[in-house]
Amino acid sequence: MAAVRTKGEMLRHRLSIISLLVILALFLAPIFWITATAFKPRNLATTVPPTVFFQPEFSPFVKLMTKRSQLRSAPTAEVYNAAPWWEQTVFDGGEKVVRSGKGEVQLSGFPSRFLNSLIIAITSTVLAVGMGTITAYGFSRFKVAGEDDWLFFILSTRMLPPVVVAIPMFLMYRVVGLNDTHLGLIILYTAFNLSFSVWLMKGFIDEIPKEYEDAALVDGYTRMQAFFRIVLPEAATGIAATAVFCFITAWNEYAFALIMTNKRAQTAPPFIPSQVGSGLPDWTVIAAGTFLFLVPVAIFTFLLRNHLLRGMSFGAIRK
Amino acid sequence: MNPEARVAQQTLAPTAPRAHGMSDLAIRNLFIIPTIVFLIVFNIFPLIYSLGYSFTDFRASSNDPAHFVGLDNYRTLLSDPNIWSNFTITAKYVIISVTGQVIVGFGVAMLLNRNIPFKGLLTTLLLLPMMLSAAVVGLFWKLLYDPSFGIINYAFGLGTFEWLADPKMALYAIAIADIWMWSPFVMLLSLAGLSAVPKHLYEAAAIDRASGLYVFFRITLPLVAPILMIAVIFRTMEAFKTFDLAYILASQPTTEVISIRLYKMAFQEWQTGLSCAFAYIVLVMVLAITNIYVKYLNKVKER
Repeated sequence: MAAVRTKGEMLRHRLSIISLLVILALFLAPIFWITATAFKPRNLATTVPPTVFFQPEFSPFVKLMTKRSQLRSAPTAEVYNAAPWWEQTVFDGGEKVVRSGKGEVQLSGFPSRFLNSLIIAITSTVLAVGMGTITAYGFSRFKVAGEDDWLFFILSTRMLPPVVVAIPMFLMYRVVGLNDTHLGLIILYTAFNLSFSVWLMKGFIDEIPKEYEDAALVDGYTRMQAFFRIVLPEAATGIAATAVFCFITAWNEYAFALIMTNKRAQTAPPFIPSQVGSGLPDWTVIAAGTFLFLVPVAIFTFLLRNHLLRGMSFGAIRK
Repeated sequence: MNPEARVAQQTLAPTAPRAHGMSDLAIRNLFIIPTIVFLIVFNIFPLIYSLGYSFTDFRASSNDPAHFVGLDNYRTLLSDPNIWSNFTITAKYVIISVTGQVIVGFGVAMLLNRNIPFKGLLTTLLLLPMMLSAAVVGLFWKLLYDPSFGIINYAFGLGTFEWLADPKMALYAIAIADIWMWSPFVMLLSLAGLSAVPKHLYEAAAIDRASGLYVFFRITLPLVAPILMIAVIFRTMEAFKTFDLAYILASQPTTEVISIRLYKMAFQEWQTGLSCAFAYIVLVMVLAITNIYVKYLNKVKER
């Protein structure tokens, strides 16, 4: 640390570290608060002043996953003790889990929405990254007439406002019966991510020296073999980073999902806010849904940390 | 790439079809055409379809066939003062939130641009908000903004200040949430710009005993400007299109940005023809910004 010399500079250095820590605390406070709320009993979620220290419990997650009804009278000790721990947490909140005639627990709308989000995000990511990688290779290695114009065209599709695209898509989907289907959303998300994936992958493939393939071609590989056996392994990190970006985009998407789905293929982002509804919302349940939804993204952000800059600038800025 | 290298590569690249396998031309087409076709079918074709509807009085909620009305929809929209107010609200929102993001994002980047312990971890944690879903972010800011039990009013001692129910305040409240979410993006790009400023310029300035302000305006800012510009254009475009955050946080007439008006027109009032025309007006504006954006991207790329 040769930069720090005088007393004044030392002080400035310390001050900036302190202000950074304060900023970090402010930035993470909303995320911390929603996480804390997800583990609170309902009566502590909306207290004044806010409750910061409490005994964490899992009842919000149980309530998030199941259908419940109000308890008319407290369960007998026998019923209470026979119930599994997660059901007891619901009893503690003055409610009971609804069961079918055969005693099966009735699930709420959340698990299926979460599953829909997974199916749609994963499938569209695979498609967008697969097509994007080969197209990026095509643009990177071969002469294409009007290359810049094509690349601009591809990027411009990513910039279209979702609501603008959604109006005609809604009408067309209605004709072919794709409204509220998984396939319908998968197509939209693939189209949305495809342009991003082409731009990002082109940057990664441009960095792989052409000489590698040329050597392979001289050795008798076909162009296809050279692509699959030499370029793809070299591009693996880039493909993984692109895939994570596409997954997060599809996972987070709201406007298309709101317009194109309402039940069968609905994903979590339009579903969670719809639970606020009217009257007094149970914020612990909403927080639990939000928390489960944010966890994968937080994990991926850490895995992606060295590629964030590149991804966010469509591959234009590298480190 | 320098011209010699380019020539060398062209001469190296095999031009004649090889004895086995597909020709390069066939592979190029096989690799590129599906993507182009896919994007045309699912992005361009729908837009042509809606261009057609923009000249009709079609309503998707009724069984009446569409009637051709010429440019009436465009005329109605451009002379409707309410639409102009939607544009004004959007412009205000864009200015507040992008300015806020640049100040906070660039400021934090300046603080981070030094030798500090755990810099990587700190940066990653600060980047977290921009990776989250805007819909979900909107939802939990609603909890934070709650006038009676929200932690914002409690932490800043604001009593029962109405953030979202007050027509004047709501737009600012949405912009604050947007600044929280997207300052990290400006910070990320600024950091890249700052780390690319050659150290010897600062050393030379120190020898000349240049003031801090002089160094900032004559060295740091000009060198970071191109990348900062990318961040500004991109965020302007995204803020212009904003939907999720504003739609979830508030339903005031004063927060009705263009995308929300468009959504309501198309999917609540079912004025399909009119909304297609509106969508086209918005589309042309977005494409204009995109064009500027791509020019800047290429400019920075060439360095």
